[in-house]
Amino acid sequence: METFEFRYPAGQPAARCVMVGVVGSGDLEVLLEPGPAGHTRIRVTTSVDGFGRIWQAQLDRLFESDASLRPAVEIEINDFGATPGVVGLRVAQAFEMLGSEVAGSPT
Amino acid sequence: MTACRTPSDLVERNSFVELEARARVRALLDAGSFRELIDPFQRVSSPWLPRQGVVAQSDDGVVIGKGKIDGQPAVVAAIEGAFQGGSLGEVGGAKIAGALELAADDNRHGVPTRAVILFETGGVRLQEANLGLAAIAEIHSAIVDLRRHQPVIGVIAGGVGCFGGMSIAAGLCSYLVVTREARLGLNGPQVIEQEAGIAEFDSRDRPFIWSFTGGEQRHRTGLVDAYVDDDTHQIRHTVIELLARGRPAFERSNQYKRYLGRLSTYDARVQATPEIVRQIYARGSGHE
Repeated sequence: METFEFRYPAGQPAARCVMVGVVGSGDLEVLLEPGPAGHTRIRVTTSVDGFGRIWQAQLDRLFESDASLRPAVEIEINDFGATPGVVGLRVAQAFEMLGSEVAGSPT
Repeated sequence: MTACRTPSDLVERNSFVELEARARVRALLDAGSFRELIDPFQRVSSPWLPRQGVVAQSDDGVVIGKGKIDGQPAVVAAIEGAFQGGSLGEVGGAKIAGALELAADDNRHGVPTRAVILFETGGVRLQEANLGLAAIAEIHSAIVDLRRHQPVIGVIAGGVGCFGGMSIAAGLCSYLVVTREARLGLNGPQVIEQEAGIAEFDSRDRPFIWSFTGGEQRHRTGLVDAYVDDDTHQIRHTVIELLARGRPAFERSNQYKRYLGRLSTYDARVQATPEIVRQIYARGSGHE
């Protein structure tokens, strides 16, 4: 088990909390909460050791583009061996739900 | 149960098995009534897993939703089978036991809260050992307490099934609902094979396993009350119907003498078949 922390510039604080995913095989959970204006912090806990560089690369790719447009969030990721593609999809899902009407998992 | 006959039935129906625990709770409660107790953002997760190098989940794999079912107060507890095999540890177990105890308290104070438990569990979480076992024992007593006031409904939809100490919790429920994907048993297939030998129980033979512990067989032997399609709408309606029935005249677990009497007629020298099991359970029906 390893933990990492990443920081990115961001826009205004997110309006609310969103949670998606499961700490199941090949999957991860993403908890997203409002962060201080201008700053996004991501804390990752993963079951698979030795992939810090991959996490850095994938999260850079997701969060470095259009940073000022992204709401400022505190993100907690609990990972159980998700591929970078699944990480990207779950993060995208969380941000999509931030803009939708129902909080929590989709029904 | 109405059989699913055409591909379009499969495409159009809304699978319950495929839903995550939180979505299952939402689907059973009346629209807009869901309120989660100890939600993921309260960060009440397992303190034991990270110490053993295992990533914890923010809700410890248990979702407790309060709300209404068919306009009446209800609490739904769902176990997430994808997290650690739906295993019950200290936190998740306490969440379920606490939810059931609160429901019983409601009833003692004039609020007729009913409970539904969505089982998807291999039983106790081995990493939390005695704390998980103690929590499961608390769940057992809480079910027995609550069912004196209101029916407690168990649903085993499938994916994981329901095993170990939680299969006893399922047996204590007033009513049980299963799908064809569900399995219910004290021991899982690998444990039975290890103890009884591969000649008696081959844990790799999936049709064989389901023929003994699957939802259909459990329904045919009278150990569950409703056998339904993997269809969210049908499962919700079955739960509503069972709740409307009120408490059963005879709780299944109070009829243990009848079940023991039947099992005592079984000749263990003969390799059991699903048909033999059905005959054993069909004998001497009626309540004691």
